[in-house]
Amino acid sequence: MFDPGPIPGKRLLRIRLNGRWREDAVADDQLLVDYLRDTAGLTGTKTGCDGGECGACTVLVDDEPIPSCLTLAARCEGRSVETIEGLAAGGRLHRLQQAFHEKLGAQCGFCTPGMIMAAEGLLRRQPDPSEAEIRAALAGNLCRCTGYVKIVESVRAAAAADA
Amino acid sequence: MTAPLPLPRLRLIRPTTVEAAVAARVECPQHEVLAGGTDLLVNLRRGLLAPPALIDITGIAELDEVRTTADRTRIGALVRLDRLAEDPAIASRHAALREAAVAVAAPGHRRLATVGGNLCLQTRCIYVNQSAWWRAAHGACLKSGGEVCHVAPEGARCHAAFSGDVAPALIALDAEIEIAGPAGRRRVACADLYHEEGRAHLRLDSGEIVTAIEVPTSIAHSGYLKERIRRSFDFPLAGVAIACRTEGAELSALRIAVTGTNSRPLLIEGTDALLGRRIDESVLAAAEKLVARQVRPMRTTLFPANHRRSVAAALARRLLGALGAPDAAAGRGHAGGTA
Repeated sequence: MFDPGPIPGKRLLRIRLNGRWREDAVADDQLLVDYLRDTAGLTGTKTGCDGGECGACTVLVDDEPIPSCLTLAARCEGRSVETIEGLAAGGRLHRLQQAFHEKLGAQCGFCTPGMIMAAEGLLRRQPDPSEAEIRAALAGNLCRCTGYVKIVESVRAAAAADA
Repeated sequence: MTAPLPLPRLRLIRPTTVEAAVAARVECPQHEVLAGGTDLLVNLRRGLLAPPALIDITGIAELDEVRTTADRTRIGALVRLDRLAEDPAIASRHAALREAAVAVAAPGHRRLATVGGNLCLQTRCIYVNQSAWWRAAHGACLKSGGEVCHVAPEGARCHAAFSGDVAPALIALDAEIEIAGPAGRRRVACADLYHEEGRAHLRLDSGEIVTAIEVPTSIAHSGYLKERIRRSFDFPLAGVAIACRTEGAELSALRIAVTGTNSRPLLIEGTDALLGRRIDESVLAAAEKLVARQVRPMRTTLFPANHRRSVAAALARRLLGALGAPDAAAGRGHAGGTA
């Protein structure tokens, strides 16, 4: 006989998502990445490896880039979560999006949202990072297209644009 | 590669005191303790365990403190690895701990992962840390519910390797682990937290959780070196921590601990024989030999076991040589990058 298993707990989650507070009922076992994509409809955050190995799901939680596939949504209660959709404002690309566009930092584009969120976390902490700092900050973000050179150049260009 | 499973259906228990967390573990020993989740959530999605509930201890404020006194540093189990890596007091007092924390995974993981979680990291093996589909195709092993260890089919134990980076640093630094359980709190030397058994490598009794680490400041020089397949972030093929003290130019204390080669982080025996000597070529060769003889790497990674034995021994030689060099205090830079 089919055994549906135990009923997961559910709770009301109140988070500030891309600057706006919202409330949703989330299951205890819902991952942040699934909440963002399936509940909030923000599919810019990608599921790559699904096991914390690729960084494509990187989002900012309270300004810090973390892999959202390794975070339960319920643990983001009261916190600020930012995704790639939250960067562009007033129809204008964010400086990192503009730089990735101009410097060819994106090829297939699948890793790009995670790359940009990890880079944004870095630039908020360190507005003028060295190449070594950029590479260290992006160590958890894998790209199979670019070889990383253009990505590093894009982050440097974004930092310079901000100066 | 096949996609991991969704998380199994489970609920969260969120205690705000150590006592409540222990009570939840006593009530149901199958509940798993959730801290940073960087290891546990992946293992859940690989179907490696299916607890009815997770005891999320991150709301216990007491466990998120670093306190320093003249002779000790007390680090709560929930202190995140990025904080260990950036705390100037840790860097100046316990270089090996800082270097080990920096060597764990990538920055995003270190913002989630905790020191207690890294100590309690599950052992790893190429036959276990795979998708449920992969394991089903290959046949279950001892650790995943089968009858035989695919690494050593003739043996009776699981050889999955302990792969945490922080434990060898704490063992070298002679740290103690504080454990809370139904009978109150107790302390053990860090090395005594572990068994040489891949299925049950933690020596925690029913209901117990790790609550804090106490690191003495008595050993001045220390460091950690790690080798891995993917340098940007990966588990260790082997990692070596060394803590030593010199009087004049002669060794007066020496502790070497190795990770990635056994089912537990291994404290190397016999280093006392090197005390009273200068760190010269003969001492480096002796340390290398001690490590090569005592580690027991098995075929738990894609790299051959013998290679990992050589790597562990070579890391010990390199690290001890660096600690013995006149400019050791100036540091060796990023430990992971130099391995």
